[in-house]
Amino acid sequence: MIRFDNVAKRYATGHEGLSGVDLYLQPGEMAFLTGHSGAGKSTLLKLIGLLERATRGQVWVNGRNLNKLKSRDIPYHRREVGMIFQDHRLLHDRTVFDNIALPLVVAGMGHAEVRRRVRAALDKVSLLKKEMVFPITLSGGEQQRVGIARALVSKPPILLADEPTGNLDPQLSREIMELFLQFNQVGVTLLIATHDVDLVNSLGKRIVDLRDGRVASDSGASN
Amino acid sequence: MSRRNRAPKFKRNLNPVTWLLRHAQMSLSSLGRLSRRPVSTAMTAAVIGISLALPGGLHLLVDNVRQLSSSWDGSASISLFLSEEVSDEQAETVRKQVALRADVAETRLIDRDQALQEFRRLSGFGEAIELLDHNPLPAVVLVRPGNSIQGADAVAGLAEELRGYREIEIAQVDLQWVERLGAITGTIERAVLILAALLAGAVLLIVGNTIRLEIQSRHSEIEIVKLVGGTDAFIRRPFLYEGIWYGLLGALIGLLLVLGSLYLLDGPVKRLAGLYESEFTLAIIDPASLLGVILGGPLLGLAGAWLAVGRHLAQIQPE
Repeated sequence: MIRFDNVAKRYATGHEGLSGVDLYLQPGEMAFLTGHSGAGKSTLLKLIGLLERATRGQVWVNGRNLNKLKSRDIPYHRREVGMIFQDHRLLHDRTVFDNIALPLVVAGMGHAEVRRRVRAALDKVSLLKKEMVFPITLSGGEQQRVGIARALVSKPPILLADEPTGNLDPQLSREIMELFLQFNQVGVTLLIATHDVDLVNSLGKRIVDLRDGRVASDSGASN
Repeated sequence: MSRRNRAPKFKRNLNPVTWLLRHAQMSLSSLGRLSRRPVSTAMTAAVIGISLALPGGLHLLVDNVRQLSSSWDGSASISLFLSEEVSDEQAETVRKQVALRADVAETRLIDRDQALQEFRRLSGFGEAIELLDHNPLPAVVLVRPGNSIQGADAVAGLAEELRGYREIEIAQVDLQWVERLGAITGTIERAVLILAALLAGAVLLIVGNTIRLEIQSRHSEIEIVKLVGGTDAFIRRPFLYEGIWYGLLGALIGLLLVLGSLYLLDGPVKRLAGLYESEFTLAIIDPASLLGVILGGPLLGLAGAWLAVGRHLAQIQPE
């Protein structure tokens, strides 16, 4: 589903984000990316979502070589990869409903179908009653759930999350992680970057530890 | 996993009905966004309106002057000055000959005595004439060309032919000042074209700059839409529609300005025409120009928006 072959990413500033990373995630697998800040977790996720391109090596996602993907195909690639961010990245001048509907509207889905799917996504993150409010009135945990609903509403086969529990208390963090476990049970491939090692260890999933842009340890290396 | 597997194709085609529906929604929501900030929208549209009204109004003015001069063209006359030795009887014969021509509508003979009387009455040199021992003035045949003679060239041609008569010394076309007026309107028309091109460029820049600011203020929204898989076309669309609306609103304001000016000018022009015993009235905008403004405004808006969008959207990439 996701494969990194000796991937390096060097930024224009000369900073080496990743150097020589090999990684393989099977379809339906769930894995956590851990490591200190600056270890390369975000860079790795950005390469999968094509927010950045690798400077060396090859990245394969969903059977496609991202190095060879043309710029005009990037939007279609991103529709297959749901992304969740620590800072939620919500539109504050639109309602919760409109925020979650955005990926569907962008893909040209009809009104009735959009309504149905957004309701289903809101139901999954237990925010059905908040669909007409603006994100700014929600708590941090609720905003994060809106972000998650937006990422999963178009039913992408892959979900990426960058520090999704970064600003949340342990109770809320655990709720969010349980949500991810549920998605994984219905076959979604998940890759979640976090520094919350205690929480991750308690979940018993694969853990890929990054250090200085390299894979330092991988609890479930297959391939 | 075999890496030689052909990568699955992206599904990218929308059905045409959905596509049209999306365009309709997009254009309305763009209009809605403009209407939520009426003051700045009105100001931008007004600037565009004035830029369109200026060359439009001048064009109309030149058009009117041209119509006026073409109506004078028709009534241009030719004065045939006969040789001095031609007697009054001979002069009458010449007039009759000329009058028989198919391309001559009307003739009038001013014989030498009449010419002298007219000269005394109008010139103020009557006493000087008395000192001469004979009448120095030639007989004149005034000719009004027939309907087959249209335009300055045809009149000049007729005059040339009439000069062929042995008794006729000079055939003068009283058309010179009409020609001059024509040359002046031609020059002004060219100037109006240049002005129109410059102001069209100004409209492009105004719309382009407005859209650029709009893109900047919606920076984070564009980023997020790109993150969730919005294509460049999808992101571009609302801005292009905004450009079109600006252009259309500007065109309507421009038309109102021109029509308002026409209304204000109508009274004075009527009075002026009355003084010249003319039936002349200002022409209103012809349908072709009307269509040109109504289509040209939005097209300029679209082009301006396209310039801004092409330059600035690519620079916004999600991080």
